[in-house]
Amino acid sequence: MISARNVSHVFAAHGTGEDLLALDNVSVDIRRGEMVAFIGPSGCGKSTLLNVIGGLIDPTRGAAFIDNVEVKGPAPKKVAYIFQESALLPWANVLDNVKVGLEFQGVASSERPPRAEKALATVGLTPFGKHYPHQLSGGMKQRVALARALSLETDVLLMDEPFAALDEQTRMVFGEDLSRMLSKTNKTILLVTHSLAEAVFLSDRIFVFTARPGTIKETMVVDEPHPRQPQFMTSDAFNRTRNRLYEALREEVLKAMDEDGVPR
Amino acid sequence: MATLAQREKARKLQGTAIKTCFILAILLAWHLVTTEGLVSPLFLPQPGETFQTFIEIIASGEALGDLSITLVELSVAFPLAALLGTIIGYLVSTHVYSIRLFEPIFAGLYAIPVIIFYPLNVLFFGLGVESKIVHGALFGFFPIVLNTIQGFARVDPVLVRLAHSLGASRRQMVTRILFPAALPAMLTGYRMGFILSFLAIIGAETIASFAGLGHRIVWYAEALNMPMMFAYILFVVLVAALMNMLVSMLESWMSVEDK
Repeated sequence: MISARNVSHVFAAHGTGEDLLALDNVSVDIRRGEMVAFIGPSGCGKSTLLNVIGGLIDPTRGAAFIDNVEVKGPAPKKVAYIFQESALLPWANVLDNVKVGLEFQGVASSERPPRAEKALATVGLTPFGKHYPHQLSGGMKQRVALARALSLETDVLLMDEPFAALDEQTRMVFGEDLSRMLSKTNKTILLVTHSLAEAVFLSDRIFVFTARPGTIKETMVVDEPHPRQPQFMTSDAFNRTRNRLYEALREEVLKAMDEDGVPR
Repeated sequence: MATLAQREKARKLQGTAIKTCFILAILLAWHLVTTEGLVSPLFLPQPGETFQTFIEIIASGEALGDLSITLVELSVAFPLAALLGTIIGYLVSTHVYSIRLFEPIFAGLYAIPVIIFYPLNVLFFGLGVESKIVHGALFGFFPIVLNTIQGFARVDPVLVRLAHSLGASRRQMVTRILFPAALPAMLTGYRMGFILSFLAIIGAETIASFAGLGHRIVWYAEALNMPMMFAYILFVVLVAALMNMLVSMLESWMSVEDK
């Protein structure tokens, strides 16, 4: 359903202006309804690949396809995004923040309020429609961002480190809620994360990236039905997968640190 | 919450009391130095006399004629500064290279005493209203253009990425994302530009003009009519304070949803 074919991407490094190869000839195939995680050391190009699939980055070589159609720029009818920062408009209340997505997507103005309210209800924020972003906690802001993405009713949901700005306990609860809310939607979901536990808890498949230049080092399957239950987090199967993932990642993280000249 | 609100109220009351005492102390000192003959009435009239004259120039409508001229100048100069500052600021902000080129130029020009161009301005536009308008607009332009550039250039990039991912058109990007994000900085620019325009116009009137509040102050100074001159100074101070209050209120009212 989603595929990346031989994607390479070069960008100019900050400061030095040197060319950096972020992604090196990466191909992935993701089935409809699958939930996959991209995990890897900083700078491995996992977010870059996500943005190539989402049409926000035009790759140097290769291409991404959604339903066999080449991605050429953002496709808001097919793909919804959740960013690391909740990306809420500070001057608009929660309901308007959800509605602006529908407006840009081209939904008729009469349809926007019911769809926005339905999405807010899904994430449990109906009473907060008139609140402004600065009145919400980090976890609630990410729920609004999720509501905005769900209201778009796209087949694909791209999440770029959606938990990064949240504290540990909020992430835990948000992760469980996310699994519950998303298992009903049948969306194809791509998650970029730094967290081993999140990757294992949420995904069907995990793509482990190598240090820069990013390639796929290994693919791991997590065979556990959705929605994932809190007990899964403490099961042996979870720990085994997490430990394997840790082994695979550790090597790459060390390589990335050496590359960057981090002393250890 | 109640105690917090009360404390806040008490602090405000305290501030008001301190300000009132300060003003009363200055008035008392003014009264004492003038009645006790420490300062010649040629330089400083007595406060009572000044206030009486102040009431007279308002009651007779004399001050209002000068005020209307100054306000007419301001009502052309400020919109001109706001319009040019906003348009040029927005255009400069659309490209990183034009920001790098123009922002230091505007900031540099803002830092030089623009008053040095006033004689040239008078040569071009004469001693009437026109030279005051140009001078006021020139002063007001810089804070507006600089704040507009900053406002648009500092829009959170994640909001721009979000709008791209949602398929926003160029027009939607400007009207629904960039403009509201830049508005608080622009409002600050407008407030500063408005006050600077007003100050520049008064200043220009004192240097070379036929009419206006600044002109009147110099006119009475040259006639050594100190009560009149001080009454006009008091009038300008009050008008300036009132305007500052009004634009500050307008600014916070317009950005009320942006906390």
